[in-house]
Amino acid sequence: MRRLAQSFLAVAFGLALGLSATWIAGENPWEVLKILARGAFGSRENIGMTLFYTTPLIFTGLSVAVAFQAGLFNVGAEGQLNLGALAAAAIGALLPGLGWPMAPLLASLAALAAGTVWGAIPGWLRARRGSHEVIVTIMLNFVAVGLSTYVALYVLKNPESQNPETRPIGLAYMIPRLGVFGDAPVSAALPLALLVAAIVWVFLRRTALGYELRAVGQSEPAARAAGIDATKMRILAMAIAGGLAGLVGVAEVLGNAGKFKVEFSPQYGFIGIAVALLGRNEPIGIVAAALLFGALHQGTRELDFSTEHITSEVSLVFQGLIILAVSAEPVTNWFRSKPRINTDEL
Amino acid sequence: MISSGSEVAVELRGITKQFGSVLANAGVDLRVEPGTIQGLIGENGAGKSTAMKILYGLYRPDSGHILIRGQPQVWSSPRDAIAQGIGMVHQHFMLAGPYSALDNIILGAEGEGRGGRERRGSRVEGRGQPSGAMRREGAPDPRPPTLVRAWGILGRKHARERLEALAAQYRLSVDWEAPIEQLPVGIQQRVEILKLLYHRADVLILDEPTAVLTPQETNDLFANLKKLRDEGKTIIFVTHKLKEVMAFTDRVTVFRGGSVVGEALTSQTSPQELADLMVGRKVVLNVQAPPTQATGKAALEVEALVVSGTRGATHRVSNVTFSVRSGEIVGIAGVEGNGQSELLQALLHPREPQCRKAGRISITGMDVTQMTAREIRNLGVSLIPEDRLHEGLLPEWPLRDNFLLGLQHSAAFNRAGFICSSNLQAAAAKAVNEYDVRPANLALSAGNLSGGNQQKLIVAREFERRPKLLIAAQPTRGVDVGATEFIHRRIIKARDEGAGVLLVSSELEEIMALSDRILVMYEGRIAGEFAKGNFSESLLGLRMGGG
Repeated sequence: MRRLAQSFLAVAFGLALGLSATWIAGENPWEVLKILARGAFGSRENIGMTLFYTTPLIFTGLSVAVAFQAGLFNVGAEGQLNLGALAAAAIGALLPGLGWPMAPLLASLAALAAGTVWGAIPGWLRARRGSHEVIVTIMLNFVAVGLSTYVALYVLKNPESQNPETRPIGLAYMIPRLGVFGDAPVSAALPLALLVAAIVWVFLRRTALGYELRAVGQSEPAARAAGIDATKMRILAMAIAGGLAGLVGVAEVLGNAGKFKVEFSPQYGFIGIAVALLGRNEPIGIVAAALLFGALHQGTRELDFSTEHITSEVSLVFQGLIILAVSAEPVTNWFRSKPRINTDEL
Repeated sequence: MISSGSEVAVELRGITKQFGSVLANAGVDLRVEPGTIQGLIGENGAGKSTAMKILYGLYRPDSGHILIRGQPQVWSSPRDAIAQGIGMVHQHFMLAGPYSALDNIILGAEGEGRGGRERRGSRVEGRGQPSGAMRREGAPDPRPPTLVRAWGILGRKHARERLEALAAQYRLSVDWEAPIEQLPVGIQQRVEILKLLYHRADVLILDEPTAVLTPQETNDLFANLKKLRDEGKTIIFVTHKLKEVMAFTDRVTVFRGGSVVGEALTSQTSPQELADLMVGRKVVLNVQAPPTQATGKAALEVEALVVSGTRGATHRVSNVTFSVRSGEIVGIAGVEGNGQSELLQALLHPREPQCRKAGRISITGMDVTQMTAREIRNLGVSLIPEDRLHEGLLPEWPLRDNFLLGLQHSAAFNRAGFICSSNLQAAAAKAVNEYDVRPANLALSAGNLSGGNQQKLIVAREFERRPKLLIAAQPTRGVDVGATEFIHRRIIKARDEGAGVLLVSSELEEIMALSDRILVMYEGRIAGEFAKGNFSESLLGLRMGGG
């Protein structure tokens, strides 16, 4: 409850900061807020678009959180999700004849596997070689984007399009859309994301393996003394993190585009860091935070159309300010500060 | 009382301090006479350190008064306390490793010698009754404040002269120019004390100063403190060790539960009386283990173990061979840093080359040199690690989850990979009860327990395994008398139930009271082996020092 209030306060604080920025830009903040709300939740389509953006953010938020629980910082979700999407699209392009349900199942597994491999690499390098995962994941983002662009342009190029994208996947690959949201591309990937969030929760909180993973994140010496293999746990955590980010490919390729489009992700991987931070690395919190950032993303698109001075880049400003507010805990915390104390120190 | 003219160096009146829901000090009254050594004794969390941190200006009291030489004081930081002649040596030294002793002492005192002195002098004189005991050493600095000194570029030469005079006066010799990290711990502590003297402290507070010292260094420290007292300094000595209080304090104040529960002239009290006061019930000091009844097969065999140093050629552990049979307690005595920690790491992680370079280790007859830590633990190895906060606990996690650490695969709590919460809850509740962990709140973070209760939690968890080999490293370090008694009884019980026990401790009394055999480690080697009844403190102390 306390943490919830804290997060809420942080969001309100960031939002207030963002709105005052629009005021400086020459808009009425109250109007801006109304447009934001309308853009995100004003109609079925708008709600659908919000949920459409929420879905990948749940995956990337979980990805960052699982790594974080093991004491690692996964900045590589962006690369992992690009490869995940590419893998799903590649299966669909190379095996167009496959039928339902094998087709989406296989493509989903491919997305999961590609992300897992891409996450396990920095995990392995960290555990065995001591290379810092932040550096490695950032660098692997460039490699992943370059690699997927190359494949999209030269190996699986869509001959019927000027856009940098792969050949379309077979119809049997597409997963059903949730009909209630009009034309919005909300697909079965959303319930999948919620299911995955629940599984991640069970894994972290209810299994011995999840316990070990978290123990390593909490204190490696204590985990080692208890016979936990910290090296293995690190690799495992990063592999899971990569796999979760890779599942963005299911939402994008199988649920929406039907192909891999270069630069399809509006930085889902990086926003995922904010989502995990705001959600305190807990699956329930992450789902809520993903919805917030999804709504913000969709709402600011509306701002772009309906105001004179504000573009969708403002969304990034908002997100940045909220992240700032969340990470600057002292700001939201100062009036209710209670020192944590250790009775040993008395 | 004060106005009657009786000389009191330091007085605390009704000091109360609350942290969150914890009342750390509840109306603490304390009077310390000048030129005496005052012992403050109490269990962990009894409030003695809090009271001293308030006196030193680190914490501000919620209510109550501090009086120095009868004058009420309000500190806003330690700077104010230092200006009034209060100095404190912390448990963890505040020294910058690569710098020389001299630089460490003058660090932070660069502009020193201008305002402070006059301020103090006038205050003391102003009271009209400066006693000989309270006079500051040294006359006011005759040099005019120069630009150079005002800018903080100090006269090193001048500082050194003054320090050498201080060192001569109190017979505290130090190598001034050697990097501090190369000096032994005892000397580092001496530097800390000199630092206080350099800052013109009259009242020296020492917080658990002997925790890091060898018996010899401890004796030196006591001798030095006595000299300081005889020169008129007032010393407040915070400890939980009865022996030290008895050995060299003049008066002793007992803390329990945030309050002062007793005060006495040291010569008129006894360790037993103090211990009972500290704990609030009758305790048995120094549980003596009866000799073992039956020893069985070897629980642990170590053969020609070598652990290499991180850098340089010297081995941390060289060619160590010993064994522990089931049903006996083998004590490893030695000053810390003589290879004990490395030996323990080798026992747990023999596969890793940085933990074991050569040598054979077997546990319950099985060669474990190629086993993982988990496989070794599964042979029935329990560990009470030497650094409990770092290696024994997950401080931010609740007691319940800490109880599971290392047991997450045991059949009792694991159903096909899933943690069985109800079993865990029940077992943890039972253990916390049986081992008297307080508060018995399974949702509380382990880091919020006192040291003794943290250790009891670890003991509870490790005994849940029914150990065949128990490795207990510094099992009662920083643990109060009540919990120490309890833990010692449990270790003896484990032995009597057939476990082999390897007890590593730098507390000689503990080793001597519990061990059936004692090995002394010195510079990575076994420097002596003694059977029960065949050792004396002086003999062991000699071996521990390399003699």
